[in-house]
Amino acid sequence: MIETLVVPLVKIAVLLVGILTAVAYLVLLERKVQAWVQVRLGPMRVGPHGLLQPVADVIKLIIKEDITPARADRWVYTLAPIIVLVPALVVFAVIPFGPETNVFGIRMPLHVADINVGLLYIVSIASLGIYGTILGGWASNSKYPLLASLRASAQLVSYEVAVTMTLVSMILMAGSLSMVEIVESQQARGLWFVFAQPLAFFIYFVGGLAETNRAPFDLPEAEQELTGGFHTEYSGIRFALFFLAEYANMIVIAAVATTLFFGGWLRPFPSVAALGLLDIVPGWIWFLLKTFVLLYVFLWVRATLPRYRYDQLMRLGWKVLIPLAIANVIVTAIAVVVL
Amino acid sequence: MEPAEPPVPPSALPKPAPKPPAPKAEAKAPPAPPGPPDQAPPDDLARPDYLAPLEQACPGGVSQVSYWVGDWTLIVPRDRLVEVATWLRDTPESRFDFCSDLTAVDWPPRAERFDLVYCLYSVPHRRRVRLKVRLKDGEAAPSVTGIWPAANWFEREVFDMFGIRFDGHPDLRRILMPDDWQGHPQRKDYPLEGPGELLLEDPLEWLKLRNAAREAEFE
Amino acid sequence: MTDPHPVTATRTPVQFDTDELVINMGPQHPSTHGVLRLILRLDGERVVDADVVIGYLHRGIEKLSESRDWTQIVLLTDRMDYVAAATNNLGYCETVEKLMGLEVPRRAQYIRTVLAELQRLASHLVWLGTHAMDIGAVTVFLYCLRERELVLDLFEEYCGARLTYNSRRVGGLPADLPVGWDRKVREFCDIVDQKIVDYEQLLTQNRIWLERTRDIGVISGADAIAMGFCGPPLRASGVMRDVRKDEPYAAYEEFAFDIPVGAAGDTYDRYLVRLEEFKQSTRIIRQALDGMPEGPVMGKVPRLIKPPAGETYHAIESPKGEIGFFIASDGKSLSPYRFRVRPPSFCNLQVLPKLVRGHLVADVVALIGTIDIVLGEVDR
Repeated sequence: MIETLVVPLVKIAVLLVGILTAVAYLVLLERKVQAWVQVRLGPMRVGPHGLLQPVADVIKLIIKEDITPARADRWVYTLAPIIVLVPALVVFAVIPFGPETNVFGIRMPLHVADINVGLLYIVSIASLGIYGTILGGWASNSKYPLLASLRASAQLVSYEVAVTMTLVSMILMAGSLSMVEIVESQQARGLWFVFAQPLAFFIYFVGGLAETNRAPFDLPEAEQELTGGFHTEYSGIRFALFFLAEYANMIVIAAVATTLFFGGWLRPFPSVAALGLLDIVPGWIWFLLKTFVLLYVFLWVRATLPRYRYDQLMRLGWKVLIPLAIANVIVTAIAVVVL
Repeated sequence: MEPAEPPVPPSALPKPAPKPPAPKAEAKAPPAPPGPPDQAPPDDLARPDYLAPLEQACPGGVSQVSYWVGDWTLIVPRDRLVEVATWLRDTPESRFDFCSDLTAVDWPPRAERFDLVYCLYSVPHRRRVRLKVRLKDGEAAPSVTGIWPAANWFEREVFDMFGIRFDGHPDLRRILMPDDWQGHPQRKDYPLEGPGELLLEDPLEWLKLRNAAREAEFE
Repeated sequence: MTDPHPVTATRTPVQFDTDELVINMGPQHPSTHGVLRLILRLDGERVVDADVVIGYLHRGIEKLSESRDWTQIVLLTDRMDYVAAATNNLGYCETVEKLMGLEVPRRAQYIRTVLAELQRLASHLVWLGTHAMDIGAVTVFLYCLRERELVLDLFEEYCGARLTYNSRRVGGLPADLPVGWDRKVREFCDIVDQKIVDYEQLLTQNRIWLERTRDIGVISGADAIAMGFCGPPLRASGVMRDVRKDEPYAAYEEFAFDIPVGAAGDTYDRYLVRLEEFKQSTRIIRQALDGMPEGPVMGKVPRLIKPPAGETYHAIESPKGEIGFFIASDGKSLSPYRFRVRPPSFCNLQVLPKLVRGHLVADVVALIGTIDIVLGEVDR
């Protein structure tokens, strides 16, 4: 009873709360990092160094008036943010945060579910979110959001191909679709896959930036061009859902990258016994640390680079990343067979 | 997707018609000057070298030459403007290829009340000249957009501000004032004091205030 | 075999309805640099045609000037190009001086030049920041405004104002330089020279920046002249035209400086030309400070400024291009009979529809940035 019902529910609750808090603080981190890059201070007023800013933001977003544009498609308009948010949260179910651990005397793995097609699950669920983006842009009955949602769908579809291709080469390396087994395979080889597959990581990272609409690929929400993007017409809590989903997606991308390329919960150099001292740190801390570093790079890139143009983005996706990814799959396959 | 909406005019709000000028105010104003002096150049000053060929090529194209604080101005009859302007732009010794400004001045009591002023610049020769065309009220000027495309917006602005029409202008609309504005603000007889919002909201109150202001002025 | 979906007589062949999308960009839009409104006709994301609607900021400065006296108009000129107010002051004062035949003391000329070049630096910094931000490089914007603050501090120390300076008088200047000001200006020049290198590192060789600006909004030199382009955009098209060199005013004749000229006439060249102008401006400022003559800063000016009857046109090089003043005086009244400004932003904006045709929506934003407009000046 406890094993089958209570533990998973508790895990889900902890995970949900954790993700929502993480998202809130990721927003703060983004503002802070950008501010530091730009010789500013960022939020400083709410709490010490603005640490309570996310709380204030959430309260603001909840109590703001929730406006539906006059000629919008009400149902779809309300549904869209939900469609965006739910997949972004559900994906976390298969991400392994750590190895089997004793928590309050119960031995359990630190993930909600370990399904044997975990990677496939992530890819398919994560790309569902785009429906929300398209529907939201369309239902707003406004031109700028429409343009932005079209941009978003084209962008996501294009980069999804490249990203999935890199995942295929990772599957070839690990010989499994299960997230846990991928990590264990890295442990067995004593090697983070990023060192074996640097090109795949690069393509995955660029594709990840594009899929989460982050700079320099933030065309769907290019404020300077489209006055805000597909959620221009949204306000209040519905806007908050879009916002939440975007940052949750960022965390997903970083977490999946950690699992696939950076050995998940493994400590650095898992095969070097001399560094056994590092094993004192629990696995989930390693995992969060790596995810955090990747997220930091996301923010750093945003503060540094200008934005691509729509056609250039497409050219980069189709003419550079996808051929590279396919070539990488072929080379990996040959290497796996031969070696 | 819905069919694209036609663009709305920049200002949907109708503007109140400006009040016709009070006759009293007109009587008080000092008599307006008859026009700019257009001083003749001093005799010992060398004329610009393009002037003689221009007069040869377009006889009667320049009705008067004036010089003041270093600027040469050619006064051109209205119907010869395009001919003179084309010559000035294309001939190698003048090459006035840059229309740096086009504006108008209103000198009301004069019969030809408007001066159209074309400020030209020659990029190869690095010098300036001004053309001036005199117009009666209601007369249209030939457009020079075919000679200098830069004149497009300038002519629109002159039309907007002075109500001078340009024959052959591709797109003569108001540019700075709203599309439904009445009157042309830069004319000297344009009322400086409009009715204001109060007149629309509460005419009696407006009348009281105006009378009080007049009395105060009188005392 | 029967067709499960028989073609009925009423069924018409499928036709794709490809309407053009008309989009209103502005007047409330984050990157139209004020209250500019563009009506874009789009085919997908490609701009088929653009119509520019201006006038939202029209305050009737020209008409207003006809009922202000000659000194008060200096204030009004501040309100046109509020990013480069000192340059407007200079243009107006020089025009009136030309009408009246006034001599301006040499020291005043030098200080005017320094102020004009500082103003050029400030205006170009705002341009670079906003232009980069339009293309998505937000950090450059904050860096540029940081440096611009220093210029504003210098102006504040000189005339007490940070944006609308009213810093010239007909016949000279309101005040001499504060003690120690020139040292601060020199320090500022060093800082700018150093920071330009930073901006170049962020942008000049940046792949994305190159792709976003190269071959965008190309205009040939001949077209640029005919369309009335002026200032850095004209020079980027390869036309050697700078009022500072061609018709020297203030003290520019006495300084050595180069006029950067582009070749391709695209957005990238316009960017490079302005970046080079930063360096030339600091060069001019240093020369002016080195050779600063002693003497009064105000010439002999009649108590009542009342130019004789006549008209003149005088142009100077503002950061945006050639700003010209056409002033007619009737010799009787205490205000100009006709006061006309040739606003460079207005003339450059006129070219925008030609530039954006055939480009994408994202480029429209880049092109508005590259021609560097200030709506206060466009609409006056």
